[in-house]
Amino acid sequence: MERVPVLKIGDILLVSIQIDMEDQVALQLQEDLAEKIVTTGCHGVIIDISALDIVDSFVGRTLATIASVSRVLDAETVVVGMRPAVAITLVELGLSLPGIRTALNVELGIEMLARSRGEVWQDDEDEGDPAAVPAS
Amino acid sequence: MNEESRLIPVATDQDVVRVRQLVRTVSVEAKLSLVDQTKLVTAASELARNTLVYGGGGTVEVARVRNEIRAGVRIVFADQGPGIADLDLALTDGYTTGGGLGLGLSGARRLVDEFAIDTAPGEGTTITITKWCR
Repeated sequence: MERVPVLKIGDILLVSIQIDMEDQVALQLQEDLAEKIVTTGCHGVIIDISALDIVDSFVGRTLATIASVSRVLDAETVVVGMRPAVAITLVELGLSLPGIRTALNVELGIEMLARSRGEVWQDDEDEGDPAAVPAS
Repeated sequence: MNEESRLIPVATDQDVVRVRQLVRTVSVEAKLSLVDQTKLVTAASELARNTLVYGGGGTVEVARVRNEIRAGVRIVFADQGPGIADLDLALTDGYTTGGGLGLGLSGARRLVDEFAIDTAPGEGTTITITKWCR
């Protein structure tokens, strides 16, 4: 069985799906990613689907599950590179992928993750900063 | 079915991938638009998976067809499985007996121009779909 490689780049795990996945390959990817998030402590996952010429309900559901599992493991998932014809077909199929963040390409996906992580750090600083506490 | 048709047995996950690839090839030959190719391949993927998962395997036959005005692609999914007892229910968005999203059958129907289903309990299921060039 083929396997989709998971690459670590800084704080991000990058997956680029380049093959027409059998269902088992998609499920294996889901397991591999969960494992990698825990072993690397990465806070972001980018899944590049620009090479996929279709996303059916099985792959769509797998992407949604990956996003949910990542969230539980303190990582954000962004799906990037969806082709226009795939987007049209997915919506008509009845899958609008609620709960999945998307960006047009890998670069914008990385920016999106950096931004949402930045906001988290910003919040942490606010809480930890004594100057931010109103004097009583 | 006119013109030559191609038949693929569906018994494994890999066969579902083969069905997608064949439907893509035939859709390109028939000159379907890119969006229509994508819709037909997606519908075929859903239905071939149903043939495998619910029908216990079967066959998929893909052919180019032509009527008085247009060319198109017709696909027949056949299995000798348990059949579908309540068709209306099976065609309802979100209904599933297999733990999926329940979008396979209803979603596939929305993606094609013609959708016919022939099934009875214990008699297997045959689904015929057609997508016409615009």
